[in-house]
Amino acid sequence: MFAYIVRRLLWSVVLLSVLSVVVFSIFYLIPLVGGATPETLAGRYVGRAATPETVHLTAERLGLLDPVPVQYWHWLKGVFVGAEYDYGSGVEHCPAPCLGYSFITKQPVWPELLDRAPVTISLVVGASLIWLIAGVSVGVISALRRGTVFDRGAMGVALAGVSLPIFFTGLIALAFFSYRLRITAPGGTFVPFSESPGRWAYSLLLPWITLAFLFAAQYARLTRAGMLETMTEDYIRTARAKGLPERTVILRHGLRGALTPVLTIFGLDVGLLLGGAVITEKTFSLNGLGKYAYDGIVSNDLPKILGVTLVAGFFVIIANLVVDLLYGVIDPRVRLE
Amino acid sequence: MNHSRSVRARGLAAVGVSAALLLAACGGGGGSGGNENPGAQSSQAGFNAGSTSVVNPSDKKGGTLKFANEGDWDTLDPGETYYAYSWNFARLYGRSLMMFKSAPGKEGNQLVPDLAEAPGQASDNAKTWTYKLRKGVKFDDGTEVTSADVKYAVLRSTDKQTFPNGPAYWDALLNLPSGYKGPYKSPNMNTDSAIETPDESTIVFHLKQPFAAFDYLGQQPDTMPVPKDKDTGAKYRNSIVSTGPYKFADLQPGKSFNLVRNDQWDPATDPNRKALPDRIEVSLNVNADDIDNRIISGDLDVAVTALGVQPAAQSRVLQDPTLKENADNPLGVRLWYTSINPTVPPLNNIECRKAVEYAMDRTSYQTAYGGQFAGGDLATTILPPSVPGYQAYDLYPDGQDHKGDLDAAKKSLEACGQPNGFQTNIAYRSERPKEKATAEAFQQALARVGIQLTLKPYPQGDYFAQYAGLPPYVVKNKLGLALNGWAADWPDGFGFLSQIVDSRVIRPAGGSSNMSVRIPEVDQMLDKALTELDTDKRNQDWGAIDKRVMEEAVIYPGVYSKSLLVRSKNATNIFVTDAYGEYDYLGLGAQK
Amino acid sequence: MTTSALRDLVIRHPGQAAQEPFLEVVDLSVHFPTDDGLVKSVDGLSFALDRGRTLGIVGESGSGKSVTSLAIMGLHTRPASEQTRPGAQLSGEIYLEGEDLLAKSPEYVRSLRGKRMAMIFQDPLSAMNPYYTVGHQIIEAYRIHNPVNKKVARKHAIDLLGRVGIPEPSQRIDAYPHQFSGGMRQRAMIAMALSCDPDLLIADEPTTALDVTVQAQILDLIRDLQSEFNSSVILITHDLGVVAELADDVLVMYAGRAMEYGSADQLFNRPAHPYTWGLLGSMPRFDRKKSERLLAIKGTPPSLINVPPGCPFHPRCSYAARNNGRSEEVRPELAPVEPGHTVACHLIQIEREQIWEHEIAPKL
Repeated sequence: MFAYIVRRLLWSVVLLSVLSVVVFSIFYLIPLVGGATPETLAGRYVGRAATPETVHLTAERLGLLDPVPVQYWHWLKGVFVGAEYDYGSGVEHCPAPCLGYSFITKQPVWPELLDRAPVTISLVVGASLIWLIAGVSVGVISALRRGTVFDRGAMGVALAGVSLPIFFTGLIALAFFSYRLRITAPGGTFVPFSESPGRWAYSLLLPWITLAFLFAAQYARLTRAGMLETMTEDYIRTARAKGLPERTVILRHGLRGALTPVLTIFGLDVGLLLGGAVITEKTFSLNGLGKYAYDGIVSNDLPKILGVTLVAGFFVIIANLVVDLLYGVIDPRVRLE
Repeated sequence: MNHSRSVRARGLAAVGVSAALLLAACGGGGGSGGNENPGAQSSQAGFNAGSTSVVNPSDKKGGTLKFANEGDWDTLDPGETYYAYSWNFARLYGRSLMMFKSAPGKEGNQLVPDLAEAPGQASDNAKTWTYKLRKGVKFDDGTEVTSADVKYAVLRSTDKQTFPNGPAYWDALLNLPSGYKGPYKSPNMNTDSAIETPDESTIVFHLKQPFAAFDYLGQQPDTMPVPKDKDTGAKYRNSIVSTGPYKFADLQPGKSFNLVRNDQWDPATDPNRKALPDRIEVSLNVNADDIDNRIISGDLDVAVTALGVQPAAQSRVLQDPTLKENADNPLGVRLWYTSINPTVPPLNNIECRKAVEYAMDRTSYQTAYGGQFAGGDLATTILPPSVPGYQAYDLYPDGQDHKGDLDAAKKSLEACGQPNGFQTNIAYRSERPKEKATAEAFQQALARVGIQLTLKPYPQGDYFAQYAGLPPYVVKNKLGLALNGWAADWPDGFGFLSQIVDSRVIRPAGGSSNMSVRIPEVDQMLDKALTELDTDKRNQDWGAIDKRVMEEAVIYPGVYSKSLLVRSKNATNIFVTDAYGEYDYLGLGAQK
Repeated sequence: MTTSALRDLVIRHPGQAAQEPFLEVVDLSVHFPTDDGLVKSVDGLSFALDRGRTLGIVGESGSGKSVTSLAIMGLHTRPASEQTRPGAQLSGEIYLEGEDLLAKSPEYVRSLRGKRMAMIFQDPLSAMNPYYTVGHQIIEAYRIHNPVNKKVARKHAIDLLGRVGIPEPSQRIDAYPHQFSGGMRQRAMIAMALSCDPDLLIADEPTTALDVTVQAQILDLIRDLQSEFNSSVILITHDLGVVAELADDVLVMYAGRAMEYGSADQLFNRPAHPYTWGLLGSMPRFDRKKSERLLAIKGTPPSLINVPPGCPFHPRCSYAARNNGRSEEVRPELAPVEPGHTVACHLIQIEREQIWEHEIAPKL
């Protein structure tokens, strides 16, 4: 088991390296194929009054004049050893892991990632708990009351939940609950947990609920389907034959079986979201990883994009690993002996 | 049976959602004035009152103003920032040699001395300019500002490797020693040939060519003094030393910053600023629609980029009388226009170009850009009305309804030998739906006289460098028309015209905003205007250049840009300054 | 058939005083309404069972054997949470020591399940919850009816596992169902069923999924446990060999009805129903000559929605023609052949005996 984990972690490092190479290539090779030169690339990062000399100087400063593999090598070296950054009137040492400096804001990327990660983690942890509990509960009730008004209504709302885009529900929610009724925090407020747990939860309440609405729907449907399946299993009949009360049969025997796919998907969803709930963060103006990614993409800022992609990749890889390991815990039949 | 039941359930869900939407739409600040901030005064000054007068005048000091930016500053460093809103805002934390007066409307276009005691003194045929600095101006750490600090600030802004984003006027005009790479890389070079500081309160600029409008150069934020021992180059943007009434506090890059009172600012040295609020809080990277909702509900005071409300809020504001009363529609210092390229046949014939001028439906240009409020006013000149030197004229009248004079167009077509029209391409930036809509409007309007246009979208990042702004590409791909726009760095003829009508800015390697104007006479007129020291006469010169360019029919003016802004419920002294076409950030006060 | 009439038919041990049967099923019907029609899984079934005796219920798939046992356990009554679709319709009476279970509340019947009557199922792998250990499931069954703490229950479970022949029970108690072999798993399920010492054990095809060698062990186990606990056992199977091994009495079901009912000795030596003959004939036997073919019953089991009128077996019966059409019109009721032995058939007894002696028996 230990060897398995170590193997998987080593493999993750390989995956992350491949990821970095791919992002680098997309950023550089594709424009080169399209006919770009270091100057045209650098042209994105200069003002509108830039002369060709300025563009050339910028290309030089950003390292765009080096061949792409050399640029990658410099970046990779920085990750392990650190790098030097010339900010004009001096040189700053960027300690390892140095993921570079933003082309646009000239800020080091790694500290910014560390700074924004708690926001995304807060958002995802809260929302995921809400959608798991709400979704599973609704799914169980729906399965048991299949065909009733509750079931049809719940599945109808679920359909709305997965269909309505979050920038729509988010903005409406903000306009209604935050600005009209003034019962939730306005967009752009985030109070760190360490500062005040109460205000932290208050500032995230609306984003949590809005994001959870999107996912709870999926989980309700999944749980419902799983429940409908497990309740027809033989061991449910056995449980009843033992004289167990129906509630125990449903929750301990029925739900237990239905939860297996739900929990694995949950792990994967959380992993993906941790890499950046881009639209939610943009809608609620939360300074998390998703927004960071968006800002980077929109301004063609490679170091930011690279940094966030690696962090997101890391979360996904770890989530997959955790889910694979948990699978053995959840389903005894697949335990690695 | 099953089918209809689930359909009904879905129908119920849809109704529920629509109800929520209706609630939200009706709820947001509509006629129910009673639910709004009970304490705030709503300014009943009427729609667009802020463009010409002061709304909610007050001298009350104190309170907090809340600003938000839907993106981030390009940089807060005054030596590098290049956006109008940023120059407007920078006056809060920095003092440049000259500045635009903090006054409404046209008065805002006047240059008044800020750090300097008086406007610059010209000598040597407007190639040398001298300023005397006020005494007693201090940095926020208590050190006194000297002319050396102003010189240092200007010189550092010429280092384009460290500051590639800012304006490049000093690089082009100052008589810098050859090989000068800025104070970081060339610290020991003698730069007196460019700027001299004979004493602590005198500064002398030496230019390579005459520049009569030098005071405009002097109002740039890159003349705001920077202390050399606290200058951290590209990182200075995070630790700016202030000379204005406010200084930075709690700066979190990419997230927010606050301005608090600078106790070292002496009002006795500053007749231009009132500095009413105690505190200004600025949030960055806030969702644009959210910003609009918050200003309307009173949670936010200013959308600092002043680009105007998003389309969602736009319809709300224009249709709700209460909201509309609290909105302003300032004219920006920007023209949306289309270049008519004489390098692409048959547009090399002036009559064919005139046909385009006559045939286009200007109202559809306006509609494409968002209508009369959010788009702009119909334009017939290159200089917008807010720029000194503007003269109202219309060389190519397009009919009473401004939808085009088809008869005149057809006459011109005959005169240029294309009686049945011709075919050419029209370029635009693919990420801009307004430009696409305008190109389509051109297509439809010009088709009426037989001019067939094919739409050619290009990515905006490389539009000028690689496509519509690259002369060989234009010829090869027959880009007869190209969508364009220009916002002046400052509201005068030079700031507006030099980059778009001077043929010498066109580079074969591309990248210039001037795509179509190559008139040697205009080039000479530009040079001559820069030697005219009398401001009024000079402004007339700009007006003449405007007309001369239009006579060549190489530019089709579309609309003078306007934006729709919503006034803050909390702010006082709300007015638009023509210098930026935005609310004047220096004058605002706060009720609480 | 009235209760007293039925009582007359109840099998008695020679010499045993007349007493109340432990389990008495009277005219039980279980109908399932479906979109295709009413499925009559059990249609007028009656039988009885004494304490300490084993009844084997035999029949093909679809004959209604399992449905009957589920009806006794009260497992057709769907819990309140699933009342959205129409469920089984039951009629008749099921007396467990004098109480009519069908007349009692579902809660009451639930309290009996596991405690006074328990059931083991055909496939122990699917019948046990794969996510919980075997010990957990046994303890669960025990604690629901006995308020003891976990330690006591665990000890009891270990004892049970040992009693059913599982080696190293104190370790195996924490194993999962999939970690047992088929036979051990079935033993564990038996342990679970017996955890509360039930008076009635219903074993639904307990050995069908197991190897032949393991089969014998399980059957031995059931027999031992039965004598030890003095429980009554209903053994449901399609395998006559199993019946021969274990059952005291045998009930042959076809199309939801009883065809023949008697002691094992009577049924194997003097079977009276053509269907029973067919079952016996189709049983592979070691002592028959190999060259002789199995006697198959021609035709296929009937649809339970459209049960053939009259005698449900008549389309497949080689002798139905001898009844001059009565088989097609009149439903035969159970009638005595000899004391303790009844059969539902229109053939007259003499004919039956003749056919048996001359045609069927020689071939077996």
